[in-house]
Amino acid sequence: MEVALLLRCSIVGELHITRKQYLDGSIPTGFQRTAIVGIEGEIPLKHKKVRIIQLSLEEDACREVSDVGHERVYTTDRLGMPLIETVTYPDMTTPDEAAEAGQYLRFLTRSTGKMNTGIGAARQDVNVSITGGTRVEIKGVAHIKWIPELTHNEAFRQKALLEIKKVLNQRVENPQDWKMESADITDDVKTPWLKECRERGYRIVAVNLPAFRGLLSFFTQPGQMFADEISGRLKVIACLEKPNMTHSEALENELVPADRALFQRSFQSKNRDDDNAQIIFWGPEGDIQTALDTIDERCRLAFMGVPNETRQARPDGTTRFERVLPGPDRMYPDTDSAPIPIEDAMIESVRQNLPTDVAERVKRMESWGIPPHMHAYILRRNLHPVLEKIVAQFDADPRFVGILLGQTLRHAEGQNGGNHRISDDRLVALFTFVRKQGLHRDILKTLLPALVLHPQKDMARILNESGFRPAEEKEILARIPDLKKRYAEIRTSKHPKAEIAWVMGQLRPLALGNMDLKTLRRAVDGGMA
Amino acid sequence: MSDPLKGYKGRGRDVLDSFGVRVWSDAEIKTTRGDFRGIILPRSENDDDLHIVLKLATGYNVGIDVRTITDMKEKGYKEAHYKIPEKEFPTSPDKPNVKLLGTGGTIASRLDYRTGAVIPAFSPGELYGAVPELADICNLTTEKLFAVFSENMGPEQYITLAKAIGTEIENGIDGIVIGHGTDTMHHTAGALAFMVQNSPIPIVMVGSQRSSDRPSSDAALNLIHATTAAAKSDIAEVMVCMFGPTSDEYALLHRGTRVRKMHSSYRSTFRTIGDIPLAMVERDEITPLRHDYNKRRSDRNVNIYPYFEEKVTLLYYYPNMLPDIIDAIVEKGYRGIVIAGTGLGHVNKPVYPAIERAVKKGVAIYMTVQTLWGYVHMFVYDTGRDLMAKGIIPTENMLPEVAYVKLGWALGQTDDLEEVKRLMLTPINGEITEREPYNGYLVYQGGIPEVEEFLKRVHK
Repeated sequence: MEVALLLRCSIVGELHITRKQYLDGSIPTGFQRTAIVGIEGEIPLKHKKVRIIQLSLEEDACREVSDVGHERVYTTDRLGMPLIETVTYPDMTTPDEAAEAGQYLRFLTRSTGKMNTGIGAARQDVNVSITGGTRVEIKGVAHIKWIPELTHNEAFRQKALLEIKKVLNQRVENPQDWKMESADITDDVKTPWLKECRERGYRIVAVNLPAFRGLLSFFTQPGQMFADEISGRLKVIACLEKPNMTHSEALENELVPADRALFQRSFQSKNRDDDNAQIIFWGPEGDIQTALDTIDERCRLAFMGVPNETRQARPDGTTRFERVLPGPDRMYPDTDSAPIPIEDAMIESVRQNLPTDVAERVKRMESWGIPPHMHAYILRRNLHPVLEKIVAQFDADPRFVGILLGQTLRHAEGQNGGNHRISDDRLVALFTFVRKQGLHRDILKTLLPALVLHPQKDMARILNESGFRPAEEKEILARIPDLKKRYAEIRTSKHPKAEIAWVMGQLRPLALGNMDLKTLRRAVDGGMA
Repeated sequence: MSDPLKGYKGRGRDVLDSFGVRVWSDAEIKTTRGDFRGIILPRSENDDDLHIVLKLATGYNVGIDVRTITDMKEKGYKEAHYKIPEKEFPTSPDKPNVKLLGTGGTIASRLDYRTGAVIPAFSPGELYGAVPELADICNLTTEKLFAVFSENMGPEQYITLAKAIGTEIENGIDGIVIGHGTDTMHHTAGALAFMVQNSPIPIVMVGSQRSSDRPSSDAALNLIHATTAAAKSDIAEVMVCMFGPTSDEYALLHRGTRVRKMHSSYRSTFRTIGDIPLAMVERDEITPLRHDYNKRRSDRNVNIYPYFEEKVTLLYYYPNMLPDIIDAIVEKGYRGIVIAGTGLGHVNKPVYPAIERAVKKGVAIYMTVQTLWGYVHMFVYDTGRDLMAKGIIPTENMLPEVAYVKLGWALGQTDDLEEVKRLMLTPINGEITEREPYNGYLVYQGGIPEVEEFLKRVHK
């Protein structure tokens, strides 16, 4: 509800639990329960608004551990966990806008303080389509930073498939007439590694694809060609483990000349057309027919352009076939649960306690002069509320506190494997302590990292261990003339400012917390002395 | 003409009425929470009158609070009618003839994905539309005897069923399937085993643990297995045919007198207690697990004993039971009590006098065990001997529910308590067995290394 309101969604009057069929095995019941909480919201990007179609509550599915042949293994550790799904309109027109929207949603959920973090806790399904293409869903993108490259590569893949479509339709007048042929060549192969396949008990089948010459090797994604589209489907649909095929335009898996001849001979009698391309694939006998159907289907789809599919993101920015994209026909109401009414009173009470908008937070940080590169940490650690609290409660300089959190704290919390996190209360307690002790704020930069590292330690003790001892400003300033005299004797450098640096270095440990270091510096460099 | 505001009542109905918007219309709705658009769906009768159900373009349903609606407009209309695609059930003279008797509930169904309505399938044509595999197994005819929920099945229904079975056998059917809710299927199975004796054909009870609107439904597979058993097996007994393992593999045929529902939601919930099942059923194969069953015959002889005394109860004993419970039962005119006693068949001393009073009044009292497995054995402790002296009759290893239906059946035939005792203690179809085999009691304890090892290897 909180997130739906932050996204400015219209909240529904009643939550209806819907079942969405999931027949891949990742949900043992066979359906995922989903409910729409709000529709028609928006998120502001820097230069545009991205509209939200809907926000829903869902249960998570099992995580796939492995998928080999006909056996898939899942872990149930996140099965049934509630999650929020936010669906946007296709308003993002560049890969970077997609990433920006992802970041915004990330900061927005973090601003609620009610989310899990960690790899996979937030996942993006990136939907990409280009003009003439089709919506293709890239599932489970675990890092926002992957989005631009994935989007770019997918747009490129679609462009490539549209090119292939064009060529095919030029070559074949009526796609209905297109027909592939196949021949079992198991007993005839001479190529050593194909013979090995035969020894494993696999059947080896050659397929002739009229009109596909030059297209099997058509570039689709970095390091991939159209033949990989077929191979990917053979893996998922026909359960043929990779490598599952080679073809007449392959760069690897070379055949011996005898086999190449065999390859062509198999189909020569019927086809003299030189537009042909061939595939050889292999697998268990029981899967051969499915494999043939799969190849036939994918090739026919090539005449139409970009098939409807969901694809899996790979860390290198490319994607692989996951399954065909299901339609809305797989949804129906959950017969086990009655609708849940959402009263105005509930919406109001949530609205009263909404965190500040992310856009509002960014504006405020800008107006306070907190450097932009520090915003991300403050937003993703949801430090903005404590930042505001400290500024208000201690009448502190917002820029100073912002830098302390966005830079000093970020660095401290990033140490030691990022395992230490300071609580908001302890941050406030630190400011209270410094204020009570009458310490100068500069010492916060020393105390804060120590506090992060030792969450249990008493503050007085941390102060003590920092080397601090109380001294009057007068007393510190009084040492300057003597130190300058000593420097004149040792003269460590010819640099004109070396004297100031040396004296500052001598006095800094004592001055830290007792006085403003800038005042000290002005005193040292003579401005005020 | 059907109601244009189907399912709507009270305020919801008034609001739809006032804006002139019908169910199945594509409507634009302005509310204080924002604008919505979608198809207005019928509302379930049990839901409140404050919300309107809307199917959004994305396929999801949401409810709109009528108190927030400021305006509504019909933009189109798209009424939906749903029916199972009915196809004529193909028959052929070389397939056995099977009769499916319906008792209520949904045996198979198809789901409408747009509304979520579950459309029950029962006629052969509908069943063929929903489970086409049936046509490969047999020539199927169906008859709906009554429509009651499983928990409402009782003596009246047992008797109707038994008589209907008798008629079907006389008419020459090759096998009978009875569709039944799972909750009380083992009660009905027990009753039919006593009422229908010496059957020449298989009588197979079947149900589903998961309704057909779920992908995990066992309805279709159970129906296929049950029909296979009825058409092809040579086991001419009253049986229950339900999931064997947890996965979609095979069914088990359980003897009607030894079967019990053992889990509230597992599909593999039915288990033969104190013995092993009769057979495993796969789509094209029936593998007997034992061979001492009544064989299929070609004659049409069957004995139907359609009797049942309603004034019989099953009393589950607990340590603090007071004697007045038993007195009350007697006072209400009950003629028989089956006690599910603790351990080997015990109850506490304070109820002894009440038992004595009951026996003196001619109430038949039989002892079974709560442990389900094992025999009543009342000679081991004095308490048991005392109870027998007071007139309680032990029923060996008869299951409590089975003893209950058997006592009702016996008392339905005679007032002579000696005759009742003879009927009770003479096994008719395995309700009392001579011994519990070594593999008749298998409740493995999870957590133990060897059991865990087994579970990892064998997913059943």
